[in-house]
Amino acid sequence: MSKLTVNDLKKIKEDYQSIFTLRGGSYRAKVTIHMGTCGIAAGARKVMNTLMNEITKRNIKDTIVTISGCAGLCSHEPMATIELTEMGPVKYVDLNEEKIIKILEQHVLSGKIIKEYTLIE
Amino acid sequence: MGQHWANLLICAGTGCVACGALKVKAALEEEIKKHNLQDEIKIVLTGCNGFCAKGPLMIVYPDGIFYQILTPQNIPLLVEEHLLKGQPVKDLMYTPPGEKEPIPLMNDIPFFSHQVLLALRNRGLIDAESIDEYIARDGYLGVAKALFEMTPKEIIQTVKDSGLRGRGGAGFPTGLKWEFCAKAKGDIKYILCNGDEGDPGAFMDRSILEADPHAVLEGMIIGAKAIGAHKGYIYVRAEYPLAVERLGIAIDQATKYGLLGKDILGSGFDFEIEIYQGAGAFVCGEETALMISIEGRRGMPRPRPPFPAHKGLWQKPSVLNNVETFANIPQIILNGAKWYANFGTEKSKGTKVFALTGAVNNIGLIEVPMGIPLRKIIYDIGGGIQDRRKFKAVQIGGPSGGCIPESLLDIPVDFESITQTGAIMGSGGMVVMDETTCMVGIAKFFLEFTQDESCGKCPPCRVGTKVMLDILDNLTSGEGKEGDIERLEELAMTIRETALCGLGNTAPNPVLTTIKYFRDEYEAHIKEKRCPSRSCTPLLKFEVNIEMCKKCGKCVKVCPVDAIAWEKKQPAQINKEKCIYCKTCLRTCQFYAIE
Repeated sequence: MSKLTVNDLKKIKEDYQSIFTLRGGSYRAKVTIHMGTCGIAAGARKVMNTLMNEITKRNIKDTIVTISGCAGLCSHEPMATIELTEMGPVKYVDLNEEKIIKILEQHVLSGKIIKEYTLIE
Repeated sequence: MGQHWANLLICAGTGCVACGALKVKAALEEEIKKHNLQDEIKIVLTGCNGFCAKGPLMIVYPDGIFYQILTPQNIPLLVEEHLLKGQPVKDLMYTPPGEKEPIPLMNDIPFFSHQVLLALRNRGLIDAESIDEYIARDGYLGVAKALFEMTPKEIIQTVKDSGLRGRGGAGFPTGLKWEFCAKAKGDIKYILCNGDEGDPGAFMDRSILEADPHAVLEGMIIGAKAIGAHKGYIYVRAEYPLAVERLGIAIDQATKYGLLGKDILGSGFDFEIEIYQGAGAFVCGEETALMISIEGRRGMPRPRPPFPAHKGLWQKPSVLNNVETFANIPQIILNGAKWYANFGTEKSKGTKVFALTGAVNNIGLIEVPMGIPLRKIIYDIGGGIQDRRKFKAVQIGGPSGGCIPESLLDIPVDFESITQTGAIMGSGGMVVMDETTCMVGIAKFFLEFTQDESCGKCPPCRVGTKVMLDILDNLTSGEGKEGDIERLEELAMTIRETALCGLGNTAPNPVLTTIKYFRDEYEAHIKEKRCPSRSCTPLLKFEVNIEMCKKCGKCVKVCPVDAIAWEKKQPAQINKEKCIYCKTCLRTCQFYAIE
């Protein structure tokens, strides 16, 4: 370990930002993957892993991901709910690995809802 | 594999570890591995979370869900339901006394929501053994600011303006202390940290050292620059092995990062810290005794002046501050004096950490803004008195403090108001007592402690406290005489005026305050040979009051020696030959029928 400078302190702080966003800090976006037995069977865990990998790869620090139980629409799993601080919650259905990446790019990062993937009443 | 989506923060303070936190951690690791979640979920051991009554405990982020009283047996269900399926387990959450619905989120629980965390800002949030996590929470940025952007004078002025007063007990303004030492002549100066916490029931310093050791180191580096010291000592009791271990780890890490040692952060400033383990003598918390102890001699106070700011450790100008005082410094430097002075009252700024213990429901470590009413601490944060008993008194300030009665519960907690009651703020011990506690007995308990810990150097403390203790012994064993109260008061005043150090000066406080607020209890012990709270065994008759007995037979079931006879619809009867005076029946009887 070499001796630190003030800039090194700031760099360490930045590196850890996502961890402290996770531990009760303020976040910009929250993604909830529905992980009921139905969700898991339909591939929710794969969707989750893809999303986490993508978040790491893109070094996104202001987004947290969590899981919740069955959302009540078992036939449309895997599902996810996206909440941006400036927008109400949006539910996406019938997800796969490809779709979740698109949702991350367009909705989470750019604030554009992808209508065709959302839950249509 | 991506980063972890969840962090499990397990409290690994001494209390939770004693309750089995590490076994819970091992079970969690095993279960998480079984479900192949080890790359998704991170387990972190933190310092004391504060809610000690509910340990072992764990917070699950990102949602901030609080789980309590965990055992390894709970873990398979918790992992499967919450971490695999996203359904938090209600049965393991906190439910307020008397209510049915649990409160899932930590920040919604009243114990936490009424607190303001400054000195404890990292408690239960960071891995206490990771310097990187400390740095990530603005750690050592205070040092950076102090070393590169501020002169010693500016640092002292900031601390003075913040209004920070010493958290060790007396409440002396910290900035002023630093200024005296900075102005003192001498090329070698020392900065010392007092971690010789010894009040019965107090664990503030230990918890800070265990949860956030770097905050204390950072405060000391800033203080060193302010007074011009290049060497510091942390005096901590050997009975705090975990605190000593974590401090050692912290010092090693800081040294490797160049935050201690030569040329800190490339600023040209040198400073090193050494841990000095005390043998556990209460008197060594007194500043002159502490310094003498570090010098390798028997820890005994000496008269002041000269004050340590001029002649301290090895006769060199020295500053000694409490653990909590130092833990406040980095944030004051980083955020400014004004920010800090926003918290608290006019004369008592900031927050105070208390070890809340005794008869309250929510025992634990709390940090509250100065000026908060005592009642709010005991009822909102503390959750009221256990077993629906009645509040009687709260003892503040340890053996140097005093007992505050119900009628004064609305006073604000600040240095002046507490002192007015006859107690002292002290270092933060807060022992709540219910109606079953005898106030003469509690005075005796604290005096026994100071009498035992008296170093023996000055006669008022050595002899005076012994004579007072003898009188209290008489009172609690039914041999009290008329005039004993007056004798106690006279002795107390003399000791207070003449003892050499703070230990002796304040030793009579528990007796004086209990006489002041509970004189009737003293009188009952003397005149009627009766203990109103039925706690002093020699004054009890161990007889059943037939009028009050509801004939329920509960006492019969709990008696360990079968000394109670009872038949249905008949009052109980105690066989005095068999009775061992253990008082189990007394505590069990809800109708106060046993006298």
